[in-house]
Amino acid sequence: MSENNVAPAIELVGIDKSFGAVHANKDIHLNVSAGSVHGIVGENGAGKSTLMSILYGFYKADAGEIFVNGEKLKIQASQDAIDAGIGMVHQHFMLVDTFSVLENIILGAEGGALLKAGVDKARIELNRLEREYELEVDIDALIGDLPVGLQQRVEILKALYRGAQILVLDEPTGVLTPQEADHLFRILNALKDQGKTIILITHKLREIMAITDAVSVMRQGEMVAHRETAKTSTDELAELMVGRKVLLRVEKGEASPDRAVLEVENLTATDKLGVVRVKGVSFNVRAGEIVGIAGVSGNGQSDLLAALSGITKITGGKILLNGKPFVGGPPHGAADVRTLGMAHVPEDRQRMGLVIPFEAWESSILGYHNDEKYSRGPIIDRPTVINDSVRRMEAFDVRPKDPNLVTGNFSGGNQQKIVLAREIDRDPDILLVGQPTRGVDIGAIEFIHKRLIEMRDAGKAVLLVSVELDEIMSLSDRILVMFDGQIMGEVSPADATERILGCMMAGIEPTDLEVA
Amino acid sequence: MAGPIGSDIPRWANVVVLPIVNLIAAFLVSGLVVLIIGENPLEVVQILIWGAFGFEEAIGYTLFYATNFIFTGLAVSMAFHCMLFNIGGEGQAYIGGLGISLVGLQFGFLPPIVLIPLCMIGAALFGAAWAFIPAYLQAKRGSHIVITTIMFNFIASSVMVYLLVNVLIEPGSMHPQSREFAEAGIPPVHEALGWLGIKFAASPWNLSFLWALVCCVLVWGYVWHTRWGYAMRTVGTNPTAASYAGISETKSIIITMCISGALAGFLGLNEIMGYHHRLLLHFSGGYGFVGIAVALMGRSHPVGVCLAAILFGALYQGGAELSFEIPTITRELVIVIQGLVIIFAGALEFMFKPQVEAVFRWLTPRRSAAAAAE
Repeated sequence: MSENNVAPAIELVGIDKSFGAVHANKDIHLNVSAGSVHGIVGENGAGKSTLMSILYGFYKADAGEIFVNGEKLKIQASQDAIDAGIGMVHQHFMLVDTFSVLENIILGAEGGALLKAGVDKARIELNRLEREYELEVDIDALIGDLPVGLQQRVEILKALYRGAQILVLDEPTGVLTPQEADHLFRILNALKDQGKTIILITHKLREIMAITDAVSVMRQGEMVAHRETAKTSTDELAELMVGRKVLLRVEKGEASPDRAVLEVENLTATDKLGVVRVKGVSFNVRAGEIVGIAGVSGNGQSDLLAALSGITKITGGKILLNGKPFVGGPPHGAADVRTLGMAHVPEDRQRMGLVIPFEAWESSILGYHNDEKYSRGPIIDRPTVINDSVRRMEAFDVRPKDPNLVTGNFSGGNQQKIVLAREIDRDPDILLVGQPTRGVDIGAIEFIHKRLIEMRDAGKAVLLVSVELDEIMSLSDRILVMFDGQIMGEVSPADATERILGCMMAGIEPTDLEVA
Repeated sequence: MAGPIGSDIPRWANVVVLPIVNLIAAFLVSGLVVLIIGENPLEVVQILIWGAFGFEEAIGYTLFYATNFIFTGLAVSMAFHCMLFNIGGEGQAYIGGLGISLVGLQFGFLPPIVLIPLCMIGAALFGAAWAFIPAYLQAKRGSHIVITTIMFNFIASSVMVYLLVNVLIEPGSMHPQSREFAEAGIPPVHEALGWLGIKFAASPWNLSFLWALVCCVLVWGYVWHTRWGYAMRTVGTNPTAASYAGISETKSIIITMCISGALAGFLGLNEIMGYHHRLLLHFSGGYGFVGIAVALMGRSHPVGVCLAAILFGALYQGGAELSFEIPTITRELVIVIQGLVIIFAGALEFMFKPQVEAVFRWLTPRRSAAAAAE
């Protein structure tokens, strides 16, 4: 990090970018030393991704200069960045599912009209890269058949194959188990040892501490601090990100669970395509406790939530809510379940919990538009709904407090608060919450966690589904781990460690663990 | 996540400026076509406008056509709000006309005050029924509504040919059309104005126009002010959120399409009850298809639909006048001009959006700078 003769791998000087009225990057300066792992942290919407998109030629900066290895570079398109040796691994992979690994890697670098020559060359080169960096992948497998962890490796291989010396990874661990994340970090270390430079964009401070050499913090489009990782702490970084002191640990007392509100027996459920996703699951949630369901995303949690909330019809087993059974499913399953005393904060607020083009007051009655208090006959009583909506916005500190603003114009955290306010305000007996803090800034996370604990302390049952282990461990009174549609076991938060949960999330029985 | 693409363009700019820009573009290209033919575009525009609005009879005809476009435009708009592309307005209008005619042929002896409401019910029921089948297939079987409604236009056309040639044909006539079943029908506007002592030149423009305006208000209320409209828009914008909210997608699709079909069916009120007083072949004359352009241009809002309908009505009437005044500009060429408007306003709706936005962005900082300087 210290001054030396080697030019920095990347130097950004005075980068500035606006989208209309939104000033996404304000006069950004950044120095990334060659051969280092450099972290960039910041809340959602802080401008990290915009900055990297400028570096990679997706956007053109309004002002500022980019130097790569000391040379000034005009990056007009991604190809310029690739030519300069910059490779990018996106948060959402840019792969063609129906192509093989090899075909994906040579995509855009086929080397001629006929594939044969390019393919043969690529095979040799890929074998070398795989060996060198512990990046084993079956290069003839179809992308669609690979788990996400391997797909990510393909993205890395793709960048390396194009001769990347500088690798940018955008939120790379979001979809990985802790073990897969560890493996990724080993790969990154190997790359670093070979002299590559790595830029890691993340909001997980633990990862920053674990792997980076230096870290830069962004807040509201500005670069607010640069630190050597060894000389900083998660607390300091969190404070820098948010701009004030934050409580990373959740304060909560002992739970005093009461009667079972939700009982699930041997439940099976399928997804839209008819694939069985929930395979005989049994558990209960009692009043006054938070039960957390941990697991890597895509192991049936979403389908479990859909079944429990009445969105899809269950295909086997039993669900009892306040002692009453239901099977759910269209046309009105979800509406019926609401009347039984359940509220549901869905995993994906943009796709499910809100209607993005609707005005906030309209989104704030989603699922409750047939309520008597909101309508006179078939006519929606707009003043009443708007008043109600404003009251909830006040109670949940939604900003801006404007019921006529289009839902999509609120930030992620405020959108989530609109959903949460709508569901908690119904005073349900049980609240289902999926990924309550996904894409939500730290300040709002703190607020949301507090509200969930309050729900619990008010004697409500809460079922929390999250892929964030920290969240599960700090909020839950009991932890269930889900893998491949089944519940691998129950762990009390006192006994839960990341290693145990991680193994269970990967499908290893807890009993096997004790033997090991 | 990438930074939000902030749209600082005021909503009215998108709704008002963009259609006007599209219209100008369509007219510029039309002007080129006219030039190539060797006529003076300015003169053509002059005749077009005069032919559409220049005298009382012209206004009457323009609004008579506009009435048709309001009904079909509303029909398409309604379905758009549920994200359904109802291409079948033509067939629904045609079959709606059958409903009117059956009522008319059976009860033609009744006084208009009774007969007309019955005809409205007939139009709505038959139009809705013709839309119900594709809606049911879409909702329950996933058959794409675009395909099925197109097919249903053909079926409607064939059914009507069969009925008019074999069943409903006026006895002793060689024309495939029914007998005249009501002499009075819906009163024309010039007559209605006459009751009030106002003189207005005779034209087919009739009181269906008022019903069209009432339908605009009803559609507006339904879409934005009822629980059903809320459910429909939720299904249309985000079906996943609808299933989360416990809103039945199936029900919304079927109800919306039936309303859409009923609105299209009202076309027959204007054409049959208001003008021909008999069922004739192809009376729906393509209005159902142009309704798609009207809905697109009107941004699926009743006010926009009205304005777009009047524009297309003017193009129809002014165009007819034009081909009469300048013989080199044939009917076909008039259709070319109408087609250009449809292409620019409908199919290429958003082509100029970046440019319009750029202009606004260029204007905005100066405005805010000026505000700051004050």
